[in-house]
Amino acid sequence: MRMRSWAFVVGLLALPLAAADNKPIVIGEISSYSTVPAFTVPYRNGWQMAVEEINAAGGLLGGRKLEVISRDDGGKPDDATRHAQELISSQRADLLAGTFLSNVGLAVSDIALRNKVLFVAAEPLTDALVWDKGNRYTFRLRPSTYMQAAMLAEEAAKLPAKTWATVAPNYEYGQSAVANFKELLKARRPDVEFVAEQWPALGKLDAGATIQALAAAKPEAIFNVTFGADLTKFVREGNLRGLFEGRAVVSMLTGEPEYLDPLKDETPRGWIVTGYPWDQIKGASHQRFLQAYEKRYGETPRLGSVVGYTTFMAIADAIRKAGSTDTEKLIGTLRGLKVETVFGPVTFRALDQQSTLGAFVGRLDLKDGRGVMVEWRYADGKDYMPPDAVVRKRRPPEAMR
Amino acid sequence: MTLLLIQALSGLSHAATLFLVASGLSIIFGVTRIVNFAHGSLYMLGAYLAYSLSQFLMAKLGAPLGFWTGIALAAATVGLIGAAMELLLLRRIYQAAELFQLLATFGVVLVVQDAVLAIWGREDLLSPRAPGFKGAVEIVGQRFPQYHLLLIALGPVVLAALWWLFHRTRWGTLVRAATEDREMTGALGVNQRWLFTSVVVLGSVLAGLGGALQIPNEAVNLQMDVSIVVEAFAVVVIGGMGSILGAFLAALLVGEISAFGVLLFPKLTLVLTFLVMAVVLVIRPYGLLGRPFATSTAPARGSGMHLHGTTPRLRLAGVALLAALALLPAFAGEYAQLLVTEIVILALFAASLHFILSIGGLVSFGHAAWFGAGAYTSALLATRLGVPMAGGLLAAPLAAGALALLVGWFCTRLTGVYLAMLTLAFAQILWSVAFQSSWTGGDNGILGVWPSVWVGSAVRYYYLTLLLCAASALVLRRAAFAPFGYALRAARDSPLRAEATGIDTRRRQWLGFGLAGAFAGLAGALYAFHKGSVFPNVLSIPQSIDGLVMVLLGGLDAMSGPLAGTAVYHLLQTEIMRSTQYWRAVLGGVILLLVLVFPQGIVGSLQRMLGGEEVKG
Repeated sequence: MRMRSWAFVVGLLALPLAAADNKPIVIGEISSYSTVPAFTVPYRNGWQMAVEEINAAGGLLGGRKLEVISRDDGGKPDDATRHAQELISSQRADLLAGTFLSNVGLAVSDIALRNKVLFVAAEPLTDALVWDKGNRYTFRLRPSTYMQAAMLAEEAAKLPAKTWATVAPNYEYGQSAVANFKELLKARRPDVEFVAEQWPALGKLDAGATIQALAAAKPEAIFNVTFGADLTKFVREGNLRGLFEGRAVVSMLTGEPEYLDPLKDETPRGWIVTGYPWDQIKGASHQRFLQAYEKRYGETPRLGSVVGYTTFMAIADAIRKAGSTDTEKLIGTLRGLKVETVFGPVTFRALDQQSTLGAFVGRLDLKDGRGVMVEWRYADGKDYMPPDAVVRKRRPPEAMR
Repeated sequence: MTLLLIQALSGLSHAATLFLVASGLSIIFGVTRIVNFAHGSLYMLGAYLAYSLSQFLMAKLGAPLGFWTGIALAAATVGLIGAAMELLLLRRIYQAAELFQLLATFGVVLVVQDAVLAIWGREDLLSPRAPGFKGAVEIVGQRFPQYHLLLIALGPVVLAALWWLFHRTRWGTLVRAATEDREMTGALGVNQRWLFTSVVVLGSVLAGLGGALQIPNEAVNLQMDVSIVVEAFAVVVIGGMGSILGAFLAALLVGEISAFGVLLFPKLTLVLTFLVMAVVLVIRPYGLLGRPFATSTAPARGSGMHLHGTTPRLRLAGVALLAALALLPAFAGEYAQLLVTEIVILALFAASLHFILSIGGLVSFGHAAWFGAGAYTSALLATRLGVPMAGGLLAAPLAAGALALLVGWFCTRLTGVYLAMLTLAFAQILWSVAFQSSWTGGDNGILGVWPSVWVGSAVRYYYLTLLLCAASALVLRRAAFAPFGYALRAARDSPLRAEATGIDTRRRQWLGFGLAGAFAGLAGALYAFHKGSVFPNVLSIPQSIDGLVMVLLGGLDAMSGPLAGTAVYHLLQTEIMRSTQYWRAVLGGVILLLVLVFPQGIVGSLQRMLGGEEVKG
C-alpha cells in the first residue's frame, strides 16, 4: 500500500517533468504578411525551412521541438503589440522574433523590454532599433540603414562625381539613409556637394515631376533610396527622360531580388547597389541553402528568405549554446555569439546587439531581359559600423547592462 | 523656363489619370449618393486586368492591337464588376441610411485586396512600354515621354465625350436630373433602378480605364487602390461633387500643384493636395463648380433620426453590462483583459464619432485626427516633459477638443460630404506632420509611454479605462438628451426651422464637434498608455475608417450602437487575423453579410426585429 502510494506520488511528480522535457520551444513570430507579401512571404518560407531542418535533426535541448506561432500585423504597430502580448501571455512564447517594418520592430522591442522577453528582430532597418531606442532584450539580424549607407558611401567616394542629388521617401528610413550617406561621403570626400534633394511621399512618387526637378539641378551623381512601386516608376520614367545617362546612380537595396525582379528589362545598367546576387554566390553553404530552398518551394530565394532562415538558425544556435530558453541566459549567449550563416560567419555584437551580417555591393546589369548584379563583392557588416564610442553615446546605458 | 514648361506638361499627364478616376467617382456619387470607397479597388482591378489581358492578347494579336484591345477589355470588365457590385450589393441597401453604403463598399475594398493578391500574386508587375508610344520626344531641348502626351490628349477627349453623353442623350439628361433632385426624378416616373446601375457601370468603366492606362507608367501593385482613392476624392470635392467639368478643373489644379510643388516644396508633396482642398472648401463650400443638392426629405431608418430614449429595461441592460465588464478580470486571462481594454477604449472613440454623426448629423472622415491628437499629446508630454500619466489624460482631451474647435470652425460651415472631406484633409495634414517630421518621432513613433505605477498592471489599467470610458459615455448620452442634444438634432433635421426658433445652429454644431473631439482625444490618450507607444497610424485614414465602420456596424439609431459595433468589429478582426492569412477577405465578407442582414446596424436592426424599445426620445 505504502509502496503504491509512493509510486503514485513519484509518478505524479515525474509526469510534468517528462512533459516539460518534450514540451516544444515556442517562438512567437510577427511580420507584415498581408501588407508587404512580396517581402514577407519569402521570409516566411525561409524561417519555415529552418524550423523544419531543426526539428528534422531532432529539435533542441534534448529533443524539444521548435514550434513557431506566427501572426500577421497588417502593417500596423498597434496590431503587432497586441499580438506580441498575446504571444507572451496566452501562448507562453519563450521569445519573440521577426517583423519587417521599422516601426513595427520598434513597437515589439518596446513590448519585449516591458515584459523582459527576448526579441530577435529579423528585417527592420532603422538604426534606432539597436542604437537610440535600443534595449537589452532586442537583437537584430539584417544590416541596418547606417551599414548599407556606409557600404554605398564607400563606393560613391571612389567615383569622380562632385555634385550629388538625393531622392528618398520622406519618412524615417529615407531621412536617415540620406543623412548617413551624406555624412559618410563628406567624411571621405570633403569636395563633394549636394545640389538637390527630392522627398517624394512614400508610395506617391510623382515620377515625371520629380525626375525633371532632379535633372534641372544637373548633378553628376544621384543617391536613390526609393523602393518598391516608387522605384519602378522612377526607373521607367528616368529611362524615358534620360535622367541616368552620363550619371552615376548609387541606390539602396535595389539589388535585392524583391526590388530588382519587377524592373525586368528597365533595369538601369551600372547603378551601384546593395543586394543579393542569389544566382552567383558559389559558397558551399549558400549552394546547399539555394538547392534546398528551390526544392522545397519551387522558386528561387529572395533576400527575405535568407533573412528568415538565418534569423531562426541563429536563434536555434543561441538556445543550443545557452542550454536553456531562459531569457537572461539567452541574452548572455547571444551577446558576442558567432554563428555560421549562408553568407559566412556572423557575430551578434555585444556592444549593440546588432549582427555583422553584411550585404553584397555591386553594379546592376541587364541579362536576358532581367536585372542581375555584376562585379559584386560581399561587404562584411563588421567593417561598416561606426566607432564603438559613437555607438555607446547613442545607445541608452540601461541597454548595455 | 524650359523646366517650367516640362513641369507643366508632367502635371497635365498626372491630371489626366486623376480626372478619369475622379470623374467616375463624381458621377456615381452625384446620382446614387454613394461614397464609393471601392473606387480605388476598381482602378486597381483595371490595372491588373489590363496587365494580364494585354500580355495574353499581345501574344495572340501582336503588339499594338493586343495591347490596346487589352486596355479596352480591362475597362469593360471593370464595368461588369461594377454592375455586379451594384446589382448584388448596393441595390439591396439603397433604403438604408446614406452612409451605410460606405460600409458595404469598404467590405468590397477588403475582399478585392485579397482577391487580387490571390489571383495575381505578391510581386509588383511591370508591363512593357505602350506600343507606339515607347520613346520620348524632344520638347524645348528636354526629353518628354510620348505616352504622357497621349494621356494629356486623352483628358479633354474624355471630358468632351462625357459632356456629349450628359448633354446630348436622353440618358444623360436623366442622370443630370437625378443628380439635381433624385426624389423628384423618381416621382416623375424615371426608372431609378436602371439609371443607378448604368451610372455605376459608367463610373466603374472610367475607374478601370484610369487604372488600365496606368500600366505603362508604373508596375501594378497591391497598394494602388489606397493610393488613388483618397486623391480622387480630393479632386471630386475640390471640383464639386457631381460636376464633371469641376472634376476636370480640379484634376488640373491638383496635377499642376503637385508637379510644381516638387520644385518648390519637395518635402511637402503629401500635404499639398489636402492644403489645396482645405483652402478651396473654406472659400467655396461646395467646391469649384458644385452646387448644394436637394436634401432628402424622408430620412431612412438607421440614420440616427430615430434615437431612442432610455427605458427601464435598457437601463437594466446597461447596468448588467457594466457589472459583467467589471467582473471580467475574475474570469479572463491577461490577454483577454488587454483585448477588452482595447475594445472599451475604441468604443469611446466610436461613441464620440457616433455623437457627432448621429446627434450632430455631421459626417467626419477624419475623426482619427482627434484620437491621434490625444495620443500624441499625452505621449509627447510623458516622454518630452516627464508629465505623469494623469496629466496626460487630462491634457489630451483639452488639446484634442481645442484643436477640434479650431478645425470645426471651418468644417461646420460645410455640409455633407464636403464637411467629411474637409475633416479628412485636416486629419491627413496632421498625419503627414506626424509621419514625416522628426519632433513627433516620425514613422518610428514614440516609445515607452507606459502608465504610472499605480495602474501598472493590466487589471488596474483595465479598471481605469472602464471607469473613464463609462463616465464619458454617460456624459455623451446626457448631452444627447439634454437641450443641447435636442438643439443639435433640430439643426440636423431641419436647419431652417431650427434657426427660426432661435437656435444658433452653427454654434451648436461647432460645440458638438469640439465635444466629440475632446472625447476622441481622451480615448487616444488611453490608447497610447495602453499600447505603450504611439505611431502615426493613430492619425491615419484607416483609423478614421475603422471608427466609421464600428459606428455604422453598430447602427446610428441607438446610443449603444458604437459599443456593439466596436465589440463585433474589433473581436472579428483580431480573431480572423490570428487564424487566416486571407483575413481581409473574410473580414470584408463578414461585413458585407452584416450589411445585408442588418441594414440599420446591428443594434438598430435587432431592436426592430425584437419590436421592443420603440420609445421616441
